[in-house]
Order: sequence, then structure tokens, then C-alpha cells
Amino acid sequence: MLGVQQRRAGGTGVDRAVVRVEEKTPVADGVVTLTLAAPDGGRLPDWTPGAHVDLTLDNGLTRQYSLCGDRWDARSYRVGVLLEPAGRGGSAYVHEQLEPGHVVGLGGPRNNFPLVPADSYLFVAGGIGITPILPMVVQAELLGADWRLLYGGRQRSSMAFLDELAAHGGRVQVRPQEEHGLLDLPGFLGEPRAGTRVYGCGPAPLLGAIERACAGWPPHTLHTERFVAAERGAPVRTTPFEVELHRSGRTVVVAPGTSVLDAIAGAGVEVLSSCRQGTCGTCETTVLAGQPDHRDALLDDEERAAADCMYPCVSRSCSDRLVLDL
Amino acid sequence: MTRTASPTAGLPVSDADPFSHEVLEDPLPLHEQLREAGPVTWLSRYDVHALARYEEVHAALVDWQQFQSAAGVGLSNFRTEEPWRPPSLLLEADPPRHDAPRRVLTAVLGPRALRQLRERWAADAEELVDQVLAEGTEFDAVPALSQAFPLRVFPDAVGLGPDGRENLLPYGDHAFNAFGPPNDLVARGAPRVAELSAWVGEQCRRESLAEGGFGAAIWAAADRGDLTPQQAPLVVRSLLTAGVDTTVHGISAVLYAFATNPAQWARLRADPGLARVAFDEAIRWESPVQTFFRTTTTAVRIGETVVPEGHKVLMFLAAANRDPRRWTAPDAFDLGRDPSGHVGFGMGLHQCVGQHVARLEAESVLTALARRVARIELAGPTRRHHNNTLRAWDSLPMSVELA
Ligand code: HEM
Ligand code: FES
Repeated sequence: MLGVQQRRAGGTGVDRAVVRVEEKTPVADGVVTLTLAAPDGGRLPDWTPGAHVDLTLDNGLTRQYSLCGDRWDARSYRVGVLLEPAGRGGSAYVHEQLEPGHVVGLGGPRNNFPLVPADSYLFVAGGIGITPILPMVVQAELLGADWRLLYGGRQRSSMAFLDELAAHGGRVQVRPQEEHGLLDLPGFLGEPRAGTRVYGCGPAPLLGAIERACAGWPPHTLHTERFVAAERGAPVRTTPFEVELHRSGRTVVVAPGTSVLDAIAGAGVEVLSSCRQGTCGTCETTVLAGQPDHRDALLDDEERAAADCMYPCVSRSCSDRLVLDL
Repeated sequence: MTRTASPTAGLPVSDADPFSHEVLEDPLPLHEQLREAGPVTWLSRYDVHALARYEEVHAALVDWQQFQSAAGVGLSNFRTEEPWRPPSLLLEADPPRHDAPRRVLTAVLGPRALRQLRERWAADAEELVDQVLAEGTEFDAVPALSQAFPLRVFPDAVGLGPDGRENLLPYGDHAFNAFGPPNDLVARGAPRVAELSAWVGEQCRRESLAEGGFGAAIWAAADRGDLTPQQAPLVVRSLLTAGVDTTVHGISAVLYAFATNPAQWARLRADPGLARVAFDEAIRWESPVQTFFRTTTTAVRIGETVVPEGHKVLMFLAAANRDPRRWTAPDAFDLGRDPSGHVGFGMGLHQCVGQHVARLEAESVLTALARRVARIELAGPTRRHHNNTLRAWDSLPMSVELA
């Protein structure tokens, strides 16, 4: 008989908050895609188009990448990464050092950019901003919605996924700046109308231009996401940290590879859990002090910043010590 | 149980009727038979494949890609049969259509959204418990507590008006019966379906829902464009269908568990912080929602068997929750165990979006009761309530000793 203790540790004994790089593929000038899988080959947490994951790289940097694969494939994620020479090292690390077989920390998936229901969609993507849009157009197609995509980039050779988009024929307009100049947003968007949602993702100047172009549209028409997501305040730790259980007066050390939930259970304190993926909310625990390293799919950025609660099935600590109301 | 004449050689066959009154009265023997027969059994009477072990039930629940819900989560196959009402946008939907309604309800019913209800519900529970105990120390726990508390707090939380709330239980009871075969239980509910559905439909309109409630929050999501105005009333309907009977029977389950396990009640009284664990342990132990179906979207291998595409698969959540392969001493109601991972609320994409509501209701009642009551015991013959999906009580006579 399988012991309950063994099952408690997530059923597999595998740390769920990591993924392994399966493939690394150049797909355009300065763009690689990574295929990621659970180390045990099991199902990964579900996601919806527009979602991103946090990847914690060996060099301690955490970066957010939109998922751009196929959600019907439960066992792998795909992300696209642009080499940004002026960036803070995340993309250079992915391009130059990360290789198949390497294991990286996983947070999420979370979705701040969900596809809301509509009869028709207008998608605008600039450069690597195509990544969240890619699964959205697949979804719009599945839903039988009327949709079009305007995709800009510096030059054709730097624009990823043109082959996949070609399948959609005339719904997709590919407009490299080198050939066409700046995107003609007013021409693409047309007259303001109800029932249409506009989704934009790309660099800040493009998003600014989309916002101006949508000024006369009905409220809630425009949905945007900057592809350079805010960087996390405190660096993520790869070393053990302490968790003080305030009410029971105990302190446990959480080693890398062990979840906070399991560490707490090891100290004899029970926290009810269910999904163990940071999606159901069952294990919500009040944080009294310290800075959690949030890896759940539930809290938005504001709630994360408040640092007053966490989901210990997946979330960890940025600070040396966390104090929990347990 | 025989092992012959099955669609696949070697596949165990059972001609049992899981929806017969005999099984509904006591499903445990059938659950054990099915669990021990193998990872999957063919139920010849309904031509469905049944899963009763934890591993297979869990795997089917999370695998929405191969086990879809949009063809109905009851016996009826919506690909070929007309549903009795417009399908649920949550329970009976697959991605991508499931996404937006789920996202909205996850926020509306999430633990953070419920924080503002915690104190009010605790006070309501104390008031109710005081009222009940003021009338005497013997009562029928089903009407007095299990029904009274959810009916007192949940319709208000949704924002329903005062009239017609007595329709909620019969409507939910019929909806859960309708997941089974068209048997006498369904026939019994049929005469009132039109009237009850009309009342429920009326409550889902924006104008019927008070400000500040879950219903108004759903409509606000429609105003933001997160849902369409056509979706909003059906999302409200999900709360009215799935949110009342379930919690009533969940509270009955935990009260019955304590009445028959006095040592566990003593444990709760010594550590009232165990109320949450106690409720989830009771959900595991009794599984108020016993079963749901899925439909295969492709030929799926389960053990040695290949279930063809488009077939109904019946998942016995209750049997999985007592599978000795997963749980030590599964038949014991034990506050010392960690019930985490039970499938009484389902698992995966469709996992109960109202579970935090259910837990908060139960925690409020148990906390109030533990404060005032030293011992609970059964005080007379109990009576089951039969439903094709729910494990329920009609009557639980109890007597209590005040603290
Ligand atoms: C003890 C009480 C409860 C139990 C045992 C229970 C059980 C379940 C189960 C097993 C499912 C999964 C269905 C599936 O996988 O097909 C489910 C889904 C659902 N429940 Fe509950 N439930 C309870 C209380 C509630 C409450 C209080 C609400 C509303 C406030 C609610 C609303 C829902 C909804 C809307 C779904 C569909 C979710 C989806 O398909 O995404 N439930 N419930
Ligand atoms: S167990 Fe589901 S969020 Fe932690």
C-alpha cells in the first residue's frame, strides 16, 4: 500500500516549482523558443491564452515569458525569448547559457491579459509581443470569432512565427518596418464600433500609439500587455530559508527542492491543501513578516506587493525568514 | 460481478445500477466491488465505463483534454441528446468557452473575496446555534442546522430577494438528479421543473440581484466586458444550482460524522482550529457529490482497456475518496489525517469554484457549535435522502450536551 506520507509530498516527490528545458530552437534573428516540461514528464499546470510564467534562471534572475504553445498539450510549455543586449542579463543568459537538460524555477502560469469573450478581435503585435497573441488567434479561430492580426517588427527576418501565422491567410497582415514603415493603426482598426476587442502587445511606443488610436472606442475595448514585464523587487533565493510558525512557536528550515507546505507538515503543523499547483487557493496562509516569493496563479501584482498572504504549496521566500500565522 | 461478455476481453463487467435505491441507500459495497474489480469496469446496464480507484479518477478529472465536460457531466450525451436546460457555462463547458466564466467566478468566490463575509457568517452561525439550543437539546440537525444555515447566509450573499427561496433546494435536487438516468427520482422532480426553472431564471436577472452580492459582482464583470451580457445570467444560475444543496449535504455529512465519532468531536473542541480540516475530512469520508461523468474525446487507454472516443465515463469520486491504495484506514473519520488531495470537490480545471464558500459556511457552523456543545450523539433513527448524484440525509435526529 502506498503510504499517505509519501503521497503528501505531492504524489511524486518531485518539486513542482521547476521545469526542464527540453528544446531550444532559433526561430528568427535574435529569437529562440524554449520547450519546457516537468522533470517527471507529468502534466503541467493548465493555462489560458495571454498567460505568462515566471522562470527563475540559474543566475538568480526571474523573468516573465508569455506562453505561446498549445494548451491541448498538457506536458509542455513553449516560450519565445528575444535577445536584448541592453537588458539586465535574463535574455542573454537564455540565449547564451541555457541549454536542453537545464532545470529552471517555475512560477505561475498567471494571466493578466486574458482573452475576454467577443464577436470580433483586432490583434496588434510588435516584435516579440507576438508571443501572447499567438495562442489568442488560435483561440479566436476555434471560437469562430471574426479576427485580424497586424504584426509589426523591425525586419522580416527578426519576426518570429511567420510560418505558423501563414496558415491563417489573409487574416494576418505582416508589416516589417523596413518594408512598410510604421504600422498604420487607424487604417487597421477602422471606425470605432461595439462588440470588438482590441488586443495589443509590444514595446511601449507601440502600446502608446494603440492607446491613442483607440481613444474614441467604447470603454473596455482595449487590452494591452507590455512584453517587458516589471522586474521583481527582491532576488529569488536558491539557498535555504527559515519559516517561523507564529502560533505554534516552531521554526522550520526550508531547503531548496522542498515546498514550504511539506516543510511545515514535517514540523507537525497541518495546512489543508488540494491542487498543490497554486491554482485552487485552499492552502492560503497569512504572512506576518518577510517577503514571499509568490509562484501561484492567483494573486495579482498588487496583492503580491501587499505580501500579507501566500500559497505555500508553490510559493517560497525572498527573505531569510518568513513568519506565518500558523 | 462477472468477467465475461465485455466489450474488451478481460474488462470487468458489472450489471449493477449505481442509481438504484438500494445502492443510493448504501453505495459503499458497490464502490468497493468496483475498486477491487480493476482500474476500469464496464457497467452493462448503461453502457458506460466506471472508474472507482483514486489514481484513475484523479487522472480523468485533471485530463480535460481527453475527458470532456461539454458533452454533459451526467449520463446523457449532449452530442446526441437534448439537455433538459441550457448547459452550464462552467460545469458543462470545455476550454476555450469555459475560460471566461471560470475566471470571473474564481475572483468572485475566491478566498480573498470572502474575507468580508467571515465575521458576519460567524455571527450568523452563533445566532443560529443559540436559537436552536434555546429550543432544546434534541433536534433534527438537517432542517435545524444543515439547511437553516446555508439558507440563511447564501441567498443573501448572492443577493437574492426574500421571496421564493424555498425553491432553491428542490431546484438543486432536481438538477443533481438529472445527471443520472431518467429514473423515478427524475420523474418525481419533472412536474415542477418548468415552474422552478422560471423562478431561477428570474433571479438571475440583473434587476433581481442586490448590490454587493456575488450576483451583482457577476453582472459587474459583464459591464467590464469580462463576460457577455448573455453569459451573466447563466453564470449566476451556476451558483443557484451548485451552491445550496451541496453545502446542506456537506454540513449534514460533518455533523453525522461527529455524532458517530465522539472522540473526534472532543478533538475539535480541544482545538477549534481543526474545523477546516474536519470539514474536508467529512467531504472525503462522505463525498456529498458522489459521481460525475465525462465523455472521451479520443480513444483513451485506462489500464489494459481502451475506451473508444465519444464514450461516457463515470467517475466515482466517493469511491476514490476511500480507496485504500491512497488512504490509510479510509473508512475512519479522523481529524488526525491530512485529507488534502481528496476529490470530493473534484480536481483540475472544473474543481469546485465554490469550495471556499462551502468551507467558510461549515467552519462558521462548526466553530459556533463547538463553543456551546460538549457532546453530540444520534437520538433516533436517521433517514437518507436519495439523489442520483448527491449523498444526503433527510433526517438526523441528534441530542447534544451543553458545554
Ligand atoms: C460541500 C459542498 C460542495 C461540494 C461537495 C461540491 C462539489 C463539486 C464538485 C465535485 C465539482 C466538480 C465538477 C466536475 O468536475 O465536473 C464542483 C464544481 C462546481 N461547484 Fe461545487 N461543491 C460544493 C459547493 C459549491 C458551492 C457553495 C458553490 C457555489 C457558491 C459551488 C459551485 C460550483 C460550480 C459553479 C462548479 C463548476 C465549476 C467548473 O466547472 O469550472 N459548489 N463542485
Ligand atoms: S493547494 Fe491549491 S493553491 Fe495551494
